[in-house]
Amino acid sequence: MTAVLILIAVATLCTAAVAMALRNLIHSALLLIASWTGIAAFYLWAGAEFVAFAQVLIYVGAISMVVLFAVLLTRQSRADVAIAPGSLGRVVLALIAGGAVLGVLVGAVLSTKFANSSATTPTVTVKQIGQSLGGAHAAALLVIGVLLTVALLGAVVLATTDRAEKEDA
Amino acid sequence: MNLAPLQLCLLFSSALFCIGLIGALSRSNTILVLLGIELMLNAANLNFIAFWRYGANSEPATGVMFVIFAIAVAAAEAAVGLALVITIYRHQKNIRLQDATRLKG
Repeated sequence: MTAVLILIAVATLCTAAVAMALRNLIHSALLLIASWTGIAAFYLWAGAEFVAFAQVLIYVGAISMVVLFAVLLTRQSRADVAIAPGSLGRVVLALIAGGAVLGVLVGAVLSTKFANSSATTPTVTVKQIGQSLGGAHAAALLVIGVLLTVALLGAVVLATTDRAEKEDA
Repeated sequence: MNLAPLQLCLLFSSALFCIGLIGALSRSNTILVLLGIELMLNAANLNFIAFWRYGANSEPATGVMFVIFAIAVAAAEAAVGLALVITIYRHQKNIRLQDATRLKG
């Protein structure tokens, strides 16, 4: 049980770290998709099947496509997917900041006494989730619907070309 | 040292958060910065599921609902962020973060 968790964690962390270190944007995006798949595997391991499938649908399915489209739309030439190396100082500072945050978090996790966990796995069926979405969380569901609509409209407005402006110029 | 599964999950999500943080801080490519932020959001979701699985909970579906809504908000954020990346590219013909100084006073 724990071995599977460690396996999933190592795979996810390795793909994420390599994705953040690579120069080639396409390779980074593909490795991040693998990392998101690993996170979905963690959700499956923890017994949250619905969340795992939502993760696969939204991250591995939708966001990955949007990212790949953005990479392909913003490259300057056919061969240009590699990015120029960043400044070394920034990388060192980022590593120091990230390492400090990691140290604080790991210290906090290791030094906290957690209450003894429940032995039984909480089970949530899709029916329960549906009833919860329609009952107790109905208002949040409506707000999320409005948010997604506004985000969709905003993304379209941002990304459209203004033809009249182009003709003037 | 014998770690409880909850602690292992939390260590996993802390490491993922820090990888995202380092990526977002160190890269100058806008798309990679956005992906680093996505990784940090995912690490937060891992925590929700870990506490839902191992913590003392009163209602069985709370953690799952929280993650579902967080994923929906993250999807909206990614869509708007990548639209912004495309807009920046159209204006300055590259997506380096340091060159996006148009609004600087």
